Amino acid sequence: MTTRIYVPLDSSAEAMGAKKVAAAIVAEAEKRGEKIELVRNGSRGLYWLEPLVEVETPEGRVAYGPVTAKDVPGLFDANFLKGAKHALGHGLTEEIPYLKKQERLTFARVGITDPLSVEDYVKHEGFDGLKKALKMEPAAIVKEVTDSGLRGRGGAAFPTGIKWNTVLGAQADQKYIVCNADEGDSGTFSDRMLMEGDPMCLIEGMTIAGLAVGATKGYIYCREEYPHSIRNLNIAIEACVQAGYLGKNILGSGKDFDLIVREGAGAYICGEETSLLESVEGNRGLVRFKPPLPALQGLFGKPTVINNVMSLGSVPIILSKGGEFYKNYGMGRSRGTLPFQLTGNLKHGGLVEKAFGLTLRELLYDFGGGSATGRPIRAVQVGGPLGAYVPESQFDIPLDYEEYAKVGAMVGHGGLVVFDDTVDLAKMARYAMEFCAIESCGKCTPCRIGSTRGVETIDKIIAGKEVGKNIALLNSLCDTMLNGSLCALGGMVPYPVVSALKHFPEDFGVDKTAAA
Amino acid sequence: MTTTPALSDQQQKALDDILARLKDEPGPLFPILHAIQDTLGYVPEVTVPQIARAINRSRAEIHGVITFYHHFRQHPVGKHMVQVCRAEACQSMGCTDLEAHAKKSLGIDWHGTTADGQISLEAVYCLGNCALSPSIRVNDDIVGRVSKERFDEVIAELRTAQ
Repeated sequence: MTTRIYVPLDSSAEAMGAKKVAAAIVAEAEKRGEKIELVRNGSRGLYWLEPLVEVETPEGRVAYGPVTAKDVPGLFDANFLKGAKHALGHGLTEEIPYLKKQERLTFARVGITDPLSVEDYVKHEGFDGLKKALKMEPAAIVKEVTDSGLRGRGGAAFPTGIKWNTVLGAQADQKYIVCNADEGDSGTFSDRMLMEGDPMCLIEGMTIAGLAVGATKGYIYCREEYPHSIRNLNIAIEACVQAGYLGKNILGSGKDFDLIVREGAGAYICGEETSLLESVEGNRGLVRFKPPLPALQGLFGKPTVINNVMSLGSVPIILSKGGEFYKNYGMGRSRGTLPFQLTGNLKHGGLVEKAFGLTLRELLYDFGGGSATGRPIRAVQVGGPLGAYVPESQFDIPLDYEEYAKVGAMVGHGGLVVFDDTVDLAKMARYAMEFCAIESCGKCTPCRIGSTRGVETIDKIIAGKEVGKNIALLNSLCDTMLNGSLCALGGMVPYPVVSALKHFPEDFGVDKTAAA
Repeated sequence: MTTTPALSDQQQKALDDILARLKDEPGPLFPILHAIQDTLGYVPEVTVPQIARAINRSRAEIHGVITFYHHFRQHPVGKHMVQVCRAEACQSMGCTDLEAHAKKSLGIDWHGTTADGQISLEAVYCLGNCALSPSIRVNDDIVGRVSKERFDEVIAELRTAQ
């Protein structure tokens, strides 16, 4: 009997040696005359257990991890092919609490299927949304997305349905769907996980978007730092075209949609939508003025839907199960689920997809298991390099776009970077400004000059020079950048800086009681 | 101003092929620059006027694009590219020490190449491996949970794996 074994091809799993483990399993099986079928799946997102090897048994898939190539003979000796007990064993994968407690909608298939197999995708409800959309009027597809309450998952949280409706209403000979896969924020990897682990989900979402607004061509702009994502997307696109789900005359419907992957070139600013469009057109990534909105004059001057990977990746399930189904998750105006990314100094880093409304404390301790170093968690940067540093006093605020905005923080894309008590928030504030100076496109003055002046001013504060005066100056500078910058880079770098100053004044040499 | 040498016949042919294949793509400059760098290892200055002519844009525009993006380079680099992540998640796990160790053990600074031409060192801002920080990238592969010892092992493997 052939036993099916899964070893992830995900970059993070490979970063811990998955490729060597896969090769060792194949070699060992051959040596012992055991018949196995090795599947390179996506990651389950339990990253501290990677490489996580799974064996298919009649009871379900059994997990072992983290496995190194050296552990492989021992696993065979212990009869892991039958799901037997082993020091690295975790029992049935689906019963691991970290995974069992999640609500996986966008990531329903990731880690389960072979990401490059159309057959496997279809077997797991793949293209159900597309098949439904092909029978619907464009306005009805847009309405379904609007009804779901889905908001831009890239961080800005703009309602996706409203954006689509603008493009639907625009008249043009050509419209485009552009996917923003320039996932440059530290503390995020959900886009990468989906592109590597279930690329057809993104392809399906973009095709549905094309049907909804009347666009026949799409571009995925993926950052250069993700070579494995680019490779998997290209293989998946080709497979979908061959199977008739993409390209000309999709499933005999008479509708066309072509998809092209474009590789970025290491500019953080290209995650800003208009800068990204400039980059696809072959220009320096300078941010554009708005208006005109990209929805009316976007790529090559044509009406363009530009959405993040997670937004587009959530579309197939919204179409297949309905906007109502999706909307039933979440709280307030934050509907559906968000794939939270637990990163940095955490014992159990990984991906946790849950409905909005849970708290940082649940994520950090119930899922994350506390800090990796065993020291107290002092600060969490939520929402990427332009997100606020959240202190422990705010760990119980529900993760909801509006609730976070009330305290000067943002949920953003749900990336969390955890720091223990050895962190120096003055240094982190300085780094935020330094990063902004390196990555500023240079078009507007508050960002281009302000970030450099910000670094200089924080340096003076750290050196203890006229601390009170320089903190006032820094706050004023942040106010100028916040209100005067052209885009979110200069406009939001004040978030980490001001939150660090406000919640951790002692790191800037200011007495906490005096600052409050 | 540094000038790069003229292209060999083989390099010129590669460039001609790339331009012929890609010049009519919509927004062709990125695919062209990537193809040139992937083939020649960098984008030599002498290619700029030829790219400009092929896609009917000014040399200044081509130069502007090459120099705007961190990834495109106008000089050759070592056989292996090693990038150390400096972003927040890696900082929370001590990448500052790793950066110092990388520079010291290789004897080079950012953007430098070792004397034997084997290894170039660059900083990078996020590799998407933030749950397993600190991270480095070696050519097209990521390595996670990189201690100083692990870094030295990886470099030794690169040097022996000719």
